[in-house]
Amino acid sequence: MNTRDCGHIISASSPAKGEAGKTGEWRTQRPVLNEAKCLAVRANKDICFQCWAFCPEGAIERKPGGPIDLTYCKGCGICAQICPADAIQMESEYDSPESTKSE
Amino acid sequence: MTVLNQQRVNNTHNHLSNPKTYPPGQHVVTGNQSAAIGAFLSGVQVVAAYPITPQSPVVEELAKFIEEGELPAEFVPVESEHSAMGVCIGASIAGARVFTATCANGLAYMCEQLHWASGSRLPIVMACVNRAMAAPWSVLNDQQDSMSQRDAGWIQLFCKDNQEIIDTVIQAYRIAEKVYLPVMVCYDGYILSHTVMPIEVPDGNKVKKFLPPYIPHTPIDISKPVNINPVTLADPRLNADGVLCHGYMEHKYLHHQSLRNSLKIIEEIDIEYKDIFGRSLGGLFSEYKTDDADVVIICAGSLSKMCTLVIDMLREQNVPIGLVSLRAYRPFPNQKLSVALKNKKLILTIDKSLSYGYQGPICIDIKSSLFESGISSTVISFVAGLGGRDIKPYEIAEKAYDYWNKFNKKELTNEIIYESQWINCKY
Amino acid sequence: MTSILEIPADEYMLPGNRSCAGCGLGIGLRYILKALEGKCVMTVPACCLTVLGGMYPISSITVPWVNSVFPGTAAMATGLVAGLKALKREDITVLAMAGDGGTYDIGIQGLSGAAERNANFLFVCYDNEAYMNTGTQRSGATPKGVKTTTTPIIGKIHSPKDMGQIMDAHNIPYVATTCISYPTDLYDKVKKAKDIYGLRYIHLCVPCPSGWQYDPKDTVTIGQLAVETGAIVLYEIENGIFRLTGRSRRLANGGKLKPITEYLSAQKRFANLDTSSLDELQEYIHKRWNEFITKDKTLTE
Ligand SMILES: Cc1ncc(C[n+]2csc(CCOP(=O)(O)OP(=O)(O)O)c2C)c(N)n1
Ligand code: SF4
Ligand code: SF4
Ligand code: SF4
Ligand SMILES: [Mg+2]
Repeated sequence: MNTRDCGHIISASSPAKGEAGKTGEWRTQRPVLNEAKCLAVRANKDICFQCWAFCPEGAIERKPGGPIDLTYCKGCGICAQICPADAIQMESEYDSPESTKSE
Repeated sequence: MTVLNQQRVNNTHNHLSNPKTYPPGQHVVTGNQSAAIGAFLSGVQVVAAYPITPQSPVVEELAKFIEEGELPAEFVPVESEHSAMGVCIGASIAGARVFTATCANGLAYMCEQLHWASGSRLPIVMACVNRAMAAPWSVLNDQQDSMSQRDAGWIQLFCKDNQEIIDTVIQAYRIAEKVYLPVMVCYDGYILSHTVMPIEVPDGNKVKKFLPPYIPHTPIDISKPVNINPVTLADPRLNADGVLCHGYMEHKYLHHQSLRNSLKIIEEIDIEYKDIFGRSLGGLFSEYKTDDADVVIICAGSLSKMCTLVIDMLREQNVPIGLVSLRAYRPFPNQKLSVALKNKKLILTIDKSLSYGYQGPICIDIKSSLFESGISSTVISFVAGLGGRDIKPYEIAEKAYDYWNKFNKKELTNEIIYESQWINCKY
Repeated sequence: MTSILEIPADEYMLPGNRSCAGCGLGIGLRYILKALEGKCVMTVPACCLTVLGGMYPISSITVPWVNSVFPGTAAMATGLVAGLKALKREDITVLAMAGDGGTYDIGIQGLSGAAERNANFLFVCYDNEAYMNTGTQRSGATPKGVKTTTTPIIGKIHSPKDMGQIMDAHNIPYVATTCISYPTDLYDKVKKAKDIYGLRYIHLCVPCPSGWQYDPKDTVTIGQLAVETGAIVLYEIENGIFRLTGRSRRLANGGKLKPITEYLSAQKRFANLDTSSLDELQEYIHKRWNEFITKDKTLTE
């Protein structure tokens, strides 16, 4: 297979999600939202959104209850740390029932 | 309107056809003025440069055109040559036709930007007013500066006289924008840059026709954003649509192939130029009395103009000698040169620079070109004129005469074949 | 001042990019591009941001981006401005964004030249206080005492340059400092800078978990501590008028700086500091803080 079809004359990239792959696979911990505690979910209003504001990945949607894009969330834990209502918990990827990881 | 169409509309020459002081016709100008008028006629839109002797008058002249309002271009008085090339790169990416000039330490200071410009495939035209490389300091002429940047991926064209400078600058934009490669227009410091000669200034209206607007290969478009020159892996990689895109090496292959392809383009554009302006610059190189010659001198730049005198002197002495003056140094016209040199017995190359530890760079390339074609002429490397050392026609004539005799008497020693012969070196 | 809830939802940085988990740069970049509404062309030298931007042929950013040689950001930006002007496309903001190494050290000559010429672009120095891309070597921005891979045992012995003051001394129309932990402060400054003609310089403090050696979850907290202890001071200088802004302004208006040790002890890179250097640093920070307060003639407003 050759590279002619790309037609590029120089090295120039086009935008797409996941340039570094499914960065969710980097995670050792995943953020889990406790909706009962979330200020925005409880008020069902566009309020707070600190988690959205500070996610360095832009992986959280700007609406009550998120959701968090776990395909790309790198598990840094900033959202959990910053949440004023303690509504996000970081849980080990290895203990989580949905986890695809094995030790 | 699409960005490209907008580019076409906005990017047409809107300057006066000719500078007021240089209407079409005969003028007596320095090489530096010739380069500046060439850039004017080409409708440059951004000029960024930093002063260095003997280049400074080129940009001073352009600054004057711009400040007087004759040339609607942006003049960026940068703080270094590194930035001069940086500004040219940015402006060229944005879609503007750009010009700069430098030499010697200024050119060396640009080094990483030279690679960036060519790797980005930008049609930047730069005058290199050939000057010796320090240390020690010398402001005088040789060609070590541009030769040292041989492998920066630029097209390098040499000029013999001030007429060739203006014509080459104009042609350079056509070539550059056709093959998307930067072009260095090299001419000898002082010998051409500061010497007045009569030239024919072309009609700017004809230049406008000869040079269509510059269309960038990768326009800046907010609705279709791209990231230009990111980290590029060794191996090809799929894009998001599953199309396999080049690795670093494929990009370099394309770059190299475009340089090789420009051999043809340089010739074609020279022919077209002749049709419009009545002058040819010889395409890749020009020949003088080579048809029946057994000995050929090869050199580049103003020296080759002087060497026509040498040839005439020696012809009077019945030496069957001719001259090849090299115009395109990169791409190197290896195949065409070997055709031109096919039946020559002795080839004398004169370099105004050195590949330290071996021989003159032109000589090295000539030898490898001949080898490729199975031509076994004897090639002798001469080094002359370093740091402005005078080169006298009779000295070259004497050397050529002497070595032709030695050749005929089979007296060429290993010392002559394997080492460079220094002309007018008093050590 | 814009509140978090007023910040536009549009994103110009895509997830799944190549920055480290918890990197402060992602937060900063999101707000810069939001403030410019994506109507910009970025130019970036070699640095961590290049890595975040992604490897050919995929980009993690949805605005045009032009890479530059490491020392050449300001010249490239100048060229883009000149070229866009020639093409009558001056509606596009040119955003130059370099690391501290590409600003304080190898890039300072070009930046100073561009500032002297008042070239019409926005320069953001994102400061993670070392050469992170090449493996955490010291830079002209690395604080005194910090262990880096080129100051491995005794720590850096020189104090950092004050880049804000250096840029202010160029008499450019806008100089500001900010920190990713205060994204609305950053957003407002970029928004203001966007509409100013000439060279605008914004200094952005970007905590870096990998180089500063703390848990990635603490990026925002560390940036907050930097400001609350006075290690970083948020201000802007608009046409020569100096103003403390945001959290720093509130601290100056009746608040109190936290002891610097709260900021330092949260990061392993400062582990080397002995008590006398700590005292010296604390004294320096108070002295500088008082100078800032005196300098701000608008504080009573
Ligand atoms: C001329 C040149 N010298 C050195 C380098 C190697 N280099 C690349 S990035 C970098 C450090 C970048 O540091 P900084 O600007 O602080 O950005 P960071 O990586 O910390 O975000 C260095 C030294 C280079 N690319 N070019
Ligand atoms: S920060 Fe916490 S409370 Fe606020 S919106 Fe996010 S999860 Fe809900
Ligand atoms: S802040 Fe970190 S942990 Fe939370 S969603 Fe974003 S990437 Fe994931
Ligand atoms: S090294 Fe630091 S600045 Fe660089 S990507 Fe990682 S966390 Fe960000
Ligand atoms: Mg850094």
